[in-house]
Amino acid sequence: MSMWEYANPKRFMGWTAPVLPWSFGLAMACLVVGLVWGFFFTPDDFRQGSTVKIIYLHVPAALMAINAWIMMLVASLIWVVRRHHVSALAARAAAPVGLTMTLIALFTGAIWGQPMWGTYWAWDPRLTSFLILFLFYMGYIALWEAIEDPDTAADLTSVLCMVGSIFAILSRYAVNFWNQGLHQGASLSLDAEENVADVFWIPLLVCIAGFVLLFIALVLMRTRTEIRVRRMRALEARARRA
Amino acid sequence: MIALLRRDLRLAVRAGGGFGLGLAFFLIVIVLVPFGVGPETEILTRIAPGILWVASLLAALLSLDRIFALDYEDGSLALLATSPLPLEGAALMKALAHWISTGLPLTIAAPALGFLLSLAPEAYGFLLMSLLIGTPALSMIGTFGAALTVGLRRGGLLLSLLVLPLYVPTLIFGAEAVRRGANGLDATGALVLLGAVTAGAFALLPFATAATLRINLR
Amino acid sequence: MPDLGTYAAEVLSAYAVSLVLLVGVIGLSWRRYTRVRADLEKVERDG
Repeated sequence: MSMWEYANPKRFMGWTAPVLPWSFGLAMACLVVGLVWGFFFTPDDFRQGSTVKIIYLHVPAALMAINAWIMMLVASLIWVVRRHHVSALAARAAAPVGLTMTLIALFTGAIWGQPMWGTYWAWDPRLTSFLILFLFYMGYIALWEAIEDPDTAADLTSVLCMVGSIFAILSRYAVNFWNQGLHQGASLSLDAEENVADVFWIPLLVCIAGFVLLFIALVLMRTRTEIRVRRMRALEARARRA
Repeated sequence: MIALLRRDLRLAVRAGGGFGLGLAFFLIVIVLVPFGVGPETEILTRIAPGILWVASLLAALLSLDRIFALDYEDGSLALLATSPLPLEGAALMKALAHWISTGLPLTIAAPALGFLLSLAPEAYGFLLMSLLIGTPALSMIGTFGAALTVGLRRGGLLLSLLVLPLYVPTLIFGAEAVRRGANGLDATGALVLLGAVTAGAFALLPFATAATLRINLR
Repeated sequence: MPDLGTYAAEVLSAYAVSLVLLVGVIGLSWRRYTRVRADLEKVERDG
């Protein structure tokens, strides 16, 4: 049996039914442990004060915002190459979750930026790239909503996802170039990982695990919903013909 | 292919084809900007490169939904798909026709409108160069967006939502080239990168456009 | 409740916004999930 059989809609519904509550429960457990640990039991940073606690939301959300898009890209490629319907539906299911993650990353970043940089928003390369990513998510979701025929929608959004990925990467480099043109080397990097101490690192890892699991659970749940919608439409169409 | 290009150009020039519309829109946006930000010359000089680029981008966007819509409705797009001419070539010609009917006039008109915004004298050459290199990319990316939304009845708004994020690299490099030129800095890097974006768009997007058209014609 | 110092408002609002968004996306997904499941069951029973 090849791994592709897991992508058969019927089998997919079968194996995800028991996996879904587990992944959801595990995600909740990780999130509660990680966030409570981070919020109540970590010391303040000597420079950032208590705002360091925002990292437990910001970093995992930003990670998942990018990974969700990568997952959509892979799912789109699988749809184009092997035409597994579940794959296309999973890409569709992931988009709103990725959009939410992008929003969380943007909001928490802005709130953190106000006391630390003295401004909610700076046209820093990283922030700008995330705003552009947000626009890409909106376009992708809007295209899915606009097209009625499911296979056409899957095909067109896949093409958009692939072309969009190339342009998203291009934008990332363009934005770097553009901001260097404004103020040389004045980087507002969020890259704190290198110097993050273990006290912050371990709860952060738990939070990241929580976000990953939550993403998986939500994508499974939403994909199951999409499969059921698809089945319902097929049944209704059959009933109308009969 | 040449015949297709000629036909599209003739259609664009004819009344209601949107040939003059984009240009008029460009002019109006440029005229409105000083009303919005105030008449101080220093401010206008500073923002002129960006305004000119954003305005030309919006003007190019305006006529995108016409690229395939009429051909789709009267069935000539389906004819094109079955003709011996590869659909990739047709997509390329469509983009080229769109560029000649909007991008090229915009490029020629832009320096004249630069006077209205008191653009720095050193920047005119760079403005012309960057628009000449950059607007073909706008047309090609736009053609891809138009192909994505061709089957939709109210695709206009969606089209802008899809296309504008794709315009970001072109806009950044184009406006940056003019800005550097205006400040007397070296703008070759930005122009080369802009050229790379355009070349990449023309190498890649005709295939994506043809693929989308085939999906939409199924 | 830990002492958040001068940045209490920022930290709390960051957590509040994030939790609202997370609960929002989970809630919406869940609501559609149960609704569609019920609808499908109805269609399958009747059909």
